[in-house]
Amino acid sequence: MVWFLSLPSVTLDWYRPAHVAPRLLDVFPKLTPMATIQPIAGENEQHPDVALVERVRGGDVSAYDTLVRKYDRQIFRIAQHITQNREDAEDVMQDAFLKAYEKLEQFQGNSKFYTWLVRIAVNESLMRLRKRRTGRMVSIDEDVETEEGSVPRDLADWAPDPEQNYTQSELADILRKTIQGLPQGFRVVFVLRDVEGLSTEETAETLGLSVPAVKSRLLRARLQLRERLTRYFRSKKGPKEMGVEK
Amino acid sequence: MTCTEFLAQLDDLLDDAVTVEMRADLKEHLRGCEHCEVTLNTTRKTIEIYRSHEIYALPTDLRERLHAAIMARCKKGC
Ligand SMILES: [Zn+2]
Repeated sequence: MVWFLSLPSVTLDWYRPAHVAPRLLDVFPKLTPMATIQPIAGENEQHPDVALVERVRGGDVSAYDTLVRKYDRQIFRIAQHITQNREDAEDVMQDAFLKAYEKLEQFQGNSKFYTWLVRIAVNESLMRLRKRRTGRMVSIDEDVETEEGSVPRDLADWAPDPEQNYTQSELADILRKTIQGLPQGFRVVFVLRDVEGLSTEETAETLGLSVPAVKSRLLRARLQLRERLTRYFRSKKGPKEMGVEK
Repeated sequence: MTCTEFLAQLDDLLDDAVTVEMRADLKEHLRGCEHCEVTLNTTRKTIEIYRSHEIYALPTDLRERLHAAIMARCKKGC
């Protein structure tokens, strides 16, 4: 039986209440924190990038060297996810860092340097795509409205440690193929928010989307990836009867 | 709570951003709904798997080459 999930846009426009619950680790373990994320600086604490940016502005090129090494892997990854092309990703990485260097005077410091850099890289990636697909408009809005809110669901449970059935390179292939199949507008949101660790607000700002739009796309991206991965990760014990009431 | 209502809260649940009352309701729904339990667990696993596996690694030689190219241009004032 196929179970349809309706996602009326109204239910996705929920807001986050001010009185957010304290963490209850027993029922819902929190996702492991990402390695790339900096601890959020307090009101009076300065993000370490701010000092580096100041040094670059003062003519210290070696400080820029430090910034490039700090974020090059992330920028390369984001460029690959958007362009889906290795050469383009190399070009985007170079261009993004050079552009950021040129425009450093314009960097306001009211957003994080990393977020600002990601925005430049996303724009460079989209420009690169446009060049490749001449005559076709490319934007992050592409293909997202085709889903109409209904996603057929494959409810098979996964094996306990599904990655262990594959070698590292097989697994990387599966993960690449699966995420490449997502519409661009979902993929970018998932990558920035869940893989690269931007907040919902930063993702919205970077992509020029509203916060509810980011939330809506994030949910759909997560559910679609989950469903696509089920093909590879389903429990080998045979399909589980899920007891869907007719 | 229906499954649709549960799924509307899924992201906030995964991001640890639901109220105490909502969390209790969600937990209550999970007790009687294997679908949503599977969805929750496998969605969480999906995010973890993408976070923990490098699918577009930047090889060291390429990294050094790109890095040298960037810094050479920066030293010239771009
Ligand atoms: Zn349910």
